[in-house]
Amino acid sequence: MAEFIRFDRITKFYGPLCVVENLALGIGKGEFVSLLGPSGSGKTTLLMMLAGFEQPTSGNILLDGTAINDVPTHKRDMGVVFQSYALFPHMSVGENVAFPLQMRRLGKAEIAERVARALDMVQLSAFVDRRPSQLSGGQQQRVALSRALVFEPRVVLMDEPLGALDKQLREQMQLDIRDLHRRLGVTIVFVTHDQSEALTMSDRVAVFNKGKIEQIGTPRQVYDEPATRFVAEFIGETNLVEGVVEAVQGQEATVRLRSGAHIVSAVSGSVASGQPVFLSIRPERVDLSETRGEARNCLETEVTDSVYQGDHLRVQLQNAAQPLIAKLGRRSREFPPGTKVYAAFSAGDCRVIAP
Amino acid sequence: MSAVSSRTGRSLVLLAPLLLFLIGFFVWPLFSMMSQAVSDPAVLRLLPRSAEVLTDWDRKSPPTMPMQTALMEDLKAVDDDQALGDMVRRLNSARSGFRTLMSKTMSALEDTANPPADLVSIDKRWEKPEFWLAIADALSPLTDRNLLAAVDLGRNAAGDIEHLPADRSVNRVILVRTFWIAALVTFACAAIGFPYAMIAASLTGWKRDLMLAAVLLPLWTSLLVRTAAWFILLQEKGLINDLLQTLALIDAPLPLIFNRTGVIIAMTHVLLPFMVLPIYSVLITIPKNLMPAAASLGAPPWRAFLRVLLPLSLRGVASGSLLVFISAIGYYITPALIGGPGDQMISSIIAFYATGSANWGMAGALGVVLLIATLLLYSVYARLSTDEPGRR
Repeated sequence: MAEFIRFDRITKFYGPLCVVENLALGIGKGEFVSLLGPSGSGKTTLLMMLAGFEQPTSGNILLDGTAINDVPTHKRDMGVVFQSYALFPHMSVGENVAFPLQMRRLGKAEIAERVARALDMVQLSAFVDRRPSQLSGGQQQRVALSRALVFEPRVVLMDEPLGALDKQLREQMQLDIRDLHRRLGVTIVFVTHDQSEALTMSDRVAVFNKGKIEQIGTPRQVYDEPATRFVAEFIGETNLVEGVVEAVQGQEATVRLRSGAHIVSAVSGSVASGQPVFLSIRPERVDLSETRGEARNCLETEVTDSVYQGDHLRVQLQNAAQPLIAKLGRRSREFPPGTKVYAAFSAGDCRVIAP
Repeated sequence: MSAVSSRTGRSLVLLAPLLLFLIGFFVWPLFSMMSQAVSDPAVLRLLPRSAEVLTDWDRKSPPTMPMQTALMEDLKAVDDDQALGDMVRRLNSARSGFRTLMSKTMSALEDTANPPADLVSIDKRWEKPEFWLAIADALSPLTDRNLLAAVDLGRNAAGDIEHLPADRSVNRVILVRTFWIAALVTFACAAIGFPYAMIAASLTGWKRDLMLAAVLLPLWTSLLVRTAAWFILLQEKGLINDLLQTLALIDAPLPLIFNRTGVIIAMTHVLLPFMVLPIYSVLITIPKNLMPAAASLGAPPWRAFLRVLLPLSLRGVASGSLLVFISAIGYYITPALIGGPGDQMISSIIAFYATGSANWGMAGALGVVLLIATLLLYSVYARLSTDEPGRR
């Protein structure tokens, strides 16, 4: 995929505070990239610099090979969708969507046609004469979306656009936006702090922490192969177990836990023997049985609590001073507290993470 | 039900002091001042018998005997010199010559040793129907004389409305001048206040506080003090002229005081807070991300301003302009101190009638004209602001 946007060693200071530190990121044409991270991690600042609302303290932003640092926002040709919609309250829905086209001085007939098409795309054709204040939050956000797409911008930037919507609507909009992206093939940079949102929609996810990118990869990569402890903990739920590397064989490492048990685990980075590391084991990859099975890794544990959560059973385990969590499918049998069980998982279901 | 009604009763009791205050210090004075403009009891109060007889008179023929007798009895019964003076002044303003006629008549009537048979024997002028006509017209307790005079109109002998002669027609000129000065001041306030409010709303922290304090501080100072300060600044050897001359920008002092320029400068300064604050309060409610949104959609800054920020802040400009304009048309001290004779506004005329010549009728009538103008403006504004689209 050809690289379309490039952040080249971007640093941004607010006074003495460094919010983005020497950051490099490339985004391909037509790609959907999510910037995921907790608040204050620099993801929104990066988006604001791409939109031109903020200037990087140092470094270059390149769009299609050209530095755009000095290009003002209104000439960057990027559609921005804000969390709070930012619709113009004194204009009707149709006038809002027509606004970017009027700014580009298109003909009346063409504007009318493209506004109709853009509103049709988000199923809001019937609301063309309404005021934004007469629409629901989800409808307003769809207007904002069609306004950001109607002028066929080179990039669409979305700053937590679904944050103000309730859960059901948010999930519907996630699928709608993903569908629009596939149909239009537009490049989208999407900022969110909601990891499931990022995993649902993105081609690639960049995980931000303290002004740096901790990991960038497909949703499957950042979930299954977290590169750092932060990524493992921030995306989904995980069991982090301390241990020391005893041996490395190709893509696998043998790790000795403090309890003395040995675990064979997949390795994504480079680790050396004797190095203290963490093991990340996803709770839903853990199987429980009362007999020692065939699995490569098997820990003797005792059930301390078991909670029924509808779609899964959440079991808390204790293994030699090390708590563990297992999520079992709803077909699993119950495990009353006090039951002695074996927690089993394959080498590919856990990851060695250098601390 | 009883709980509801006792709650209503309690809230009425709680509201009572406010209502009494409003009625006593706002509604009643306003009403009595306005009724002064149309009430005209000076003649009717003293001449009740004549009023009865004069209703049968055909307004053309010479006075009959019963008319003369009734008037003589009325006049004999007068024991209040001040009321008599009011009546004479009122009649004299309708028909000149009444003052001498009345004093002659009154002294003749007091001569109990040699009582006159009828009024014509006292003075031949009582034969003329014109004088009786003046009395007959002045007997109505209500009059539109003051209201008409407030806009330079009057009734001729036939009772038709016509323009007053030029030497008595100053009110309309002054009314037009008042509205013109108020409009200029409103424009100047908007021209200065809008950018000022925009800058203040875009700042944060102590800078914003400082800008707002700079607007509010004059508001907490006495109007007289502020006007006097401008007096010092604007005069021929004042700070402004001195500075400009020191900088060699001008050769001779600019005429800044006792003219229109000075009035506009001082009134604009005094009324600026009433423009800045409404605009500011509207501007800070406009979401901060609308301008970035407009920019991202391809709007250069000035087009974004014209299409987004300006229309959204017009409500503030409208209410600010209304406040400034309404305050400005009632201005009195500033034009009186800073302005020349050609810059006096309608309030000065009202003050002249009220305190200078004790003509409460005219003062009330001009006040009514001013009030009607204000209410008209307000209704226009209310219509505009409810029609304004996009309001939440």
